[in-house]
Amino acid sequence: MRKIAIYGKGGIGKSTTTQNTVAGLAEMGKKVMVVGCDPKADSTRLLLHGLAQKTVLDTLRDEGEDIDLDDVMKTGFSNTSCVESGGPEPGVGCAGRGIITSINLLEQLGAYDEDKALDYVFYDVLGDVVCGGFAMPIRDGKAEEVYIVVSGEMMAMYAANNICKSISKFGKVGTVRLGGLICNSRKVDNEANMIEEFARQLGTQMIHFVPRENMVQHAEINRKTVIDHAPEHAQANEYRSLAKKINDNQMFVIPQPLEMSALEELLVGFGIMN
Amino acid sequence: MEKKIKKELDLTNFTDEVVAAYPSKVGKKRAKSIVINDPDSIPKIQANVRTIPGIITQRGCTYAGCKGVVLGPTRDIVNITHGPIGCGYYSWLTRRNQTRADKPEMENYIPYAFSTDMQDSNIVFGGEEKLKQAIREAHELFHPKGIAIFSTCPVGLIGDDVHRVARQMKEEFPEVNIFGFSCEGYRGVSQSAGHHIANNGLYKNLIGNNDNPTRKHKYAVNVLGEYNIGGDAFVIEDLFERIGVDIIATMSGNSTLEQFETAHTADFSLVMCHRSINYVAEMLETSFGIPWAKANFIGADATAKTLRKVGQYFGDQELIDRIEVVIAEEMETVKTAIAKAKAKTEGKTAMMFVGGSRAHHYQELFTELGMETLVAGYEFGHRDDYEGRRVMPTIQIDADSRNIEEITVVPDPTRFNPRKSEEELAQLKEAFDIEFNEYKGMMTDMKKGTLVIDDLSHFEMEKLIELYKPDVFCAGIKEKYVVQKMGIPMKQLHNYDNGGPYAGFKGAINFYKDIEMIACSTIFKQMKAPWENEAFVTAEYVFN
Repeated sequence: MRKIAIYGKGGIGKSTTTQNTVAGLAEMGKKVMVVGCDPKADSTRLLLHGLAQKTVLDTLRDEGEDIDLDDVMKTGFSNTSCVESGGPEPGVGCAGRGIITSINLLEQLGAYDEDKALDYVFYDVLGDVVCGGFAMPIRDGKAEEVYIVVSGEMMAMYAANNICKSISKFGKVGTVRLGGLICNSRKVDNEANMIEEFARQLGTQMIHFVPRENMVQHAEINRKTVIDHAPEHAQANEYRSLAKKINDNQMFVIPQPLEMSALEELLVGFGIMN
Repeated sequence: MEKKIKKELDLTNFTDEVVAAYPSKVGKKRAKSIVINDPDSIPKIQANVRTIPGIITQRGCTYAGCKGVVLGPTRDIVNITHGPIGCGYYSWLTRRNQTRADKPEMENYIPYAFSTDMQDSNIVFGGEEKLKQAIREAHELFHPKGIAIFSTCPVGLIGDDVHRVARQMKEEFPEVNIFGFSCEGYRGVSQSAGHHIANNGLYKNLIGNNDNPTRKHKYAVNVLGEYNIGGDAFVIEDLFERIGVDIIATMSGNSTLEQFETAHTADFSLVMCHRSINYVAEMLETSFGIPWAKANFIGADATAKTLRKVGQYFGDQELIDRIEVVIAEEMETVKTAIAKAKAKTEGKTAMMFVGGSRAHHYQELFTELGMETLVAGYEFGHRDDYEGRRVMPTIQIDADSRNIEEITVVPDPTRFNPRKSEEELAQLKEAFDIEFNEYKGMMTDMKKGTLVIDDLSHFEMEKLIELYKPDVFCAGIKEKYVVQKMGIPMKQLHNYDNGGPYAGFKGAINFYKDIEMIACSTIFKQMKAPWENEAFVTAEYVFN
C-alpha cells in the first residue's frame, strides 16, 4: 500500500487534483482510499457526487468511541473509499489535534488492514503546514510520499518551499519522502519552466503540468471529477497521465528547501523579468 | 572563627567555580544571577528571567502561582481547574494551606479537587461547553458564593475564552460571583506571573464588592501575603485578637470570599510575602487610600516589631499598652526556648532557597538561633525582592512580563479615603521609622560577603553543599531527598515538612525546636552510603 499526502497552498486545487488523480488510479483498477484532512470536509465531494458524509470527528463526538468503519467511510466513484476527518468550527478548538485523533481512529477501526486490499491511501491536507497537527500525516509514517500542488504564483511557491522544510525535517527521522511537484497551471508566464527549475533546486521533479481548463469547473459544478463527467475530454487524459506517472514514480527524495533569496531570484529570473 | 574565614574566602570563588563548568553561553547568563552581597552598596542581580532549559530549576508554573498559591487557600470559593486532570489533581491539597471554618456546617471546598478533566475531543472541538457544564454541576451540588476558573496550558492553545464563559454563567446564576483567570502555565517565567494575574483578578472581581465587613474591634488591618501554611495564619489571628485589632482580610490563608470583598474597608495593610501580593497592596492604596507597610511574623523579634508597628500606626496608647502586654507575655517563653536551642545551634550555618520572600523572612529565625545564613536566594523573586523597590523603575519590561494583563487602577470615585495624610505618614516615618509602600529587599539584611543566587540550578546546589557543607539547607520537596542523601540536614520551607506553625511567637518556638533537632543531629554525619563503608565489589566476566 502506498501512502500519499497532497499538500499545497490553500485554494491551489489540492482537493480537485487529488480526486481527479484518484479517479485516474481507480480507473486503472487500483483500490484507493481518500482521507480528507480539512475541517471544511470537502475533499471527497467529487468522488461521492456531492454526497455529504458524516465526518470522523462528528461521529466520534455524537456516538462515542463505539463506532464502525462503515459509519465514517462511504464508497465513491469506481469503488474508491472516502473518509472525511472533519474538525471544529472556525476559531474553536484545535483542528490539528483533530487530524491526529481521526487518523488514529481509522487505524483502530482497521481502515488500513490487509483485508481492505488497498493499493493507495491519499491524505488531502488543508493548506500550509502551520503547526504540528497538520504535519501529522507526514509524521510517524502515516504518509510516506508527498506531492505538492503548486503554480507559478509566488505565494504558492513560497508555501511549497515551507512544506519542503517540514518534509526535510521529518524525512531525516522518518520514512516520508517528496515524490514531486504537481503544477496546477495558473497561466503564469513561463510557468512550466520555472516550476521545473524550482523542482530541480529542491532536488525533486515536476511530475506533471496540469493545464488550466474550464472543463474542470464544469465537472465541479456537476459534483464530479473530469474523468467521471467527461471521460473523453483532453483534460481527463491529463489526470490519467498524472495518475500513471504517480503510479510509476521511482523518485523519492528528502528535499533541500530554498533560502528566501534563492526563491525570489527564481521568480525574478523566470517571471517578472521576461 | 577559623571556619568562618575559610567560608568567606570560598564564597567569592563560587561564581567562577560553577561558571567554569557550564557551557560559555549558560555560564555567562548564570553569572548575572550569582552575586556577592554588600548591604552598603547593593549589587544588581539578574532575576525573573527565563530559566535555562536543563538546569533543573526549582520553579513552578503560572497556574501554580495563581491557583495554588494565591487563590487556593480560600475555603468558600469553588476553584475549577479548566484542563486535563493532571494540573487539578497535582495541585490538590499539596500546599498545606490550612483552613478552619467557624462552624462545621460552613462551606469548605479545599478538600475537593474540581476540574473539567478535558479529553481529546474537548481539545479538538473546544472545551467551553464542558466548562459551562462543570460550573452548572458545581452550582447544583454546592450552591457556592463564588466560582473561579483557572486556565491550564491547552486552554490557551485552543483559545477557550474562560472570561466569556464566566460572564455567560453569571447571567445564568446571578447570585454567584463567577470569574476566570488566564493563568496558563506558560504565561510567565515562573509562578510569579500567576501571582500577578491572581492579584489583578482579586481586584477586578472581588475587592470592594461588600462595604459591610464583620467587625469586632476599633481598628482593622489586612494581612496580605500570608497563606496559612502549617497554621501560620491561626497564630497571627490569635495575636490580633489578643491585641484587639480586627483582621478584615488575610490574603489568603484561612480566608473567605467575604474577606476579599471587604478588604477595602481596612485601615492598614501589612504585607508579608511582598512578591505574591504587592500588587493588591498597591491597588488598595491607589484605589481606596489604604497605606501598606512590609511586615514579618517570622521570628519573635520580627513579630514584636510588626505588632508595635500596628500600635504606632494607629497611635492609640491603650492599643500600644495591650500590644506590649502581649509581647511581654510571649517573650518570656521565647527567651527560655531560644536559650535552650541556641546552646547547640550557635555558630552553625544555613542556606535557603525558597519563594519570593521566605528566603528573607527565615533569616530572622536563624539569627535568633545564632546561626548565619551564608547563601540565600529566591525561586521566583524579582529584582525588587532582592535589591528593594527603589530599583523597580529600572527593571526592564521583557516579552514575558507583557504576557500578563496590565490593569489600570484609579481612585474609587466614592470610597477613596486616605487613611493617613501625607504629613501623618511622614511623621510616622520620622518618629518610628515605618516605611510606607516600601520594601527594602533581602540584600539589605544580609551580611557583606554572603552569597545571593537567583533561580538556583541543581548543579549549583550540589556545588554549594560540596564546598561549604551548611548545617541546614532549606528549600522544597524537589531538593529535599537529594540534599539529605548528601548527608546534610534539610528543612522544607514551603510546606514545613508537616511541621509548623512557624509564625509569631509560638511558631518561632516550634522552629527553634525543629532546627535544633535537625541541624544538631549527628545522624546525618554517621550515615554512610554502603559504598563509603565497604570496599567496592569487583567482578570479572566469565566469558572470554
